[in-house]
Amino acid sequence: MTHYLDFEKPLAEIEGKAEELRNMARKNEEMHVEDEAAALDRKAQDLLKDLYKKLTPWRKCQVARHPDRPHCKDYIEALFTEYTPLAGDRGFADDDAVMGGLARFNDQPVMVIGHEKGNDTQSRIERNFGMARPEGYRKAIRLMDMADRFGLPVITLVDTPGAYPGKGAEERGQSEAIARSTEKCLQIGVPLISIIIGEGGSGGAVAFATANRLAMLEHSVYSVISPEGCASILWKDAEKMREAAEALRLTAQDLLKLGITDRVIAEPLGGAHRDREATIAAVGKTIAAMLDEMSDMKPKALVKARRDKFLNMGDKGLAA
Amino acid sequence: MNWITNYVRPRINSIFSRREMPENLWTKCDSCGTMLFHREVTDNLGVCTNCTHHMNITPRARFTALFDGGIFSEIDVPEPTQDPLHFRDQKKYPDRLRAAQRATGEKEAMLVAAGEIGRTPVVCAAQDFSFMAGSMGMYVGNAIIKAAQEAKRLKRPLILFSAAGGARMQEGILSLMQMPRTTVAIQMLREAGLPYIVVLTHPTTGGVTASYAMLGDVQIAEPNALICFAGPRVIEQTIREKLPEGFQRAEYLLEHGMLDRVTDRRQMREELTTIIRMLTGMPPAVQGDLPPPEPLPDTAISDDT
Ligand SMILES: [Zn+2]
Repeated sequence: MTHYLDFEKPLAEIEGKAEELRNMARKNEEMHVEDEAAALDRKAQDLLKDLYKKLTPWRKCQVARHPDRPHCKDYIEALFTEYTPLAGDRGFADDDAVMGGLARFNDQPVMVIGHEKGNDTQSRIERNFGMARPEGYRKAIRLMDMADRFGLPVITLVDTPGAYPGKGAEERGQSEAIARSTEKCLQIGVPLISIIIGEGGSGGAVAFATANRLAMLEHSVYSVISPEGCASILWKDAEKMREAAEALRLTAQDLLKLGITDRVIAEPLGGAHRDREATIAAVGKTIAAMLDEMSDMKPKALVKARRDKFLNMGDKGLAA
Repeated sequence: MNWITNYVRPRINSIFSRREMPENLWTKCDSCGTMLFHREVTDNLGVCTNCTHHMNITPRARFTALFDGGIFSEIDVPEPTQDPLHFRDQKKYPDRLRAAQRATGEKEAMLVAAGEIGRTPVVCAAQDFSFMAGSMGMYVGNAIIKAAQEAKRLKRPLILFSAAGGARMQEGILSLMQMPRTTVAIQMLREAGLPYIVVLTHPTTGGVTASYAMLGDVQIAEPNALICFAGPRVIEQTIREKLPEGFQRAEYLLEHGMLDRVTDRRQMREELTTIIRMLTGMPPAVQGDLPPPEPLPDTAISDDT
């Protein structure tokens, strides 16, 4: 069953009607509905094109959070071979919100790390909705460090609402864990590539996305705070999330202009969830291209280029 | 860098503040409610003489108390792009900035200075909670990078006093990018073999805690300072239970292994001197109050100017 977002309600009606007609025809062979249904399909397609032509920032947040959007696990299964998960932070626990391990990308051994949100009630709870705890960042630090020692490129897939605001997460030093993970990103002498596949939520995203190359899916977002959080602080009203999403400039398109993301990966019409295979393939192509760009770079040059990128970040604002 | 101007300014400021604001003769302690003489609080470094509550103090007041003879040379911070996102909530961001500048008399939320503490040369950076809640934007990021560069150039340790409600939301993603940017600055210090000491003051929260404020060689906090990534209110809303007394306070973090020390502000100067002198292989500090260096005769000003 298709999960429709609130702004897709008119689309749901049309697609629902077409579906209903075809169902009726299946039960009653006398009925001829195909012409009418096909007309509805065309109408739906036009409407979809219209809706997605110019998504507002808030609508993009909704698409980025769409439950049927391909998640980290889907990308790992489709794009990598010999994926061998490696668990644990060696101090406290393994964090299921963070996947990570050795794998091959086009036969090349790499380290892949990412946030996984889960795809049904049970897995969402197990994955803590993609909100990492300190153990998740510490596992990532351990894996990045290993990749550095064995010369394996690191690929991170970012999809998190943010760090987990829980008691234990704070007690076990989530600030320190995020700071060290960002620090590790900046230290490793291997290519670090990051793709924001859904939500890039604040510090939890930075901890993985401090990369040589960053790409964002067309309808993904990357922000210092959620629009709801920003609205409740600055507008004193969480319902002003549309205004906040607008003001924060969190879309891939604005972040390209600001020099934060290096590339924007086009999504199928109607968002990644409407054609998961095509989306995953496009991400794969981008990873390959970005790896290729850095194939000749020596460890020192990789570290320096990464640091300079961040030191120079912010010297251009948005044009007025 | 002219240390004379900085030497003179605190004295002039203190004269003005006394003349202009007679109603500010008294300060009420926000912890125990005792009415305290303004002068008494200032002399006690903003620590309540009744209950030892540590009130917020401005970077300038802190530096005046911290550096030998109250002398420091302010280090200029490169200006970032103004209002890069053209951000507007209920107010325009530039208007909010101007209001904060008027209210504090400061340019932005961080002050960087070089000087000596207990005859120990250092670079210091202090975050100003009274300026837009000390929030971390591009200016604060530039200030930390500049502080690290100066420390490296002068071969001195860096002491950083943190205080922040979190990120400067009005700078959006560019505020978030100060987490990696400031981390690069700290790595520069580490590679140069220079100590980096963090003093966490009340409150230090959000992205600030998850970057430069947690990467010190030595992590010290002022008593009862709130130090966290996610604030207590957000956590209570998420887990729907009351948090224990003292949760996310300095002493709680010390118990949980996240800090080296919790130190009273009135002992901070001595402690920083002791630690830094050991880390940099200097002989023990001379104990006791040090006299200020002699001002140069031709620039000395009399008290009646
Ligand atoms: Zn008191």
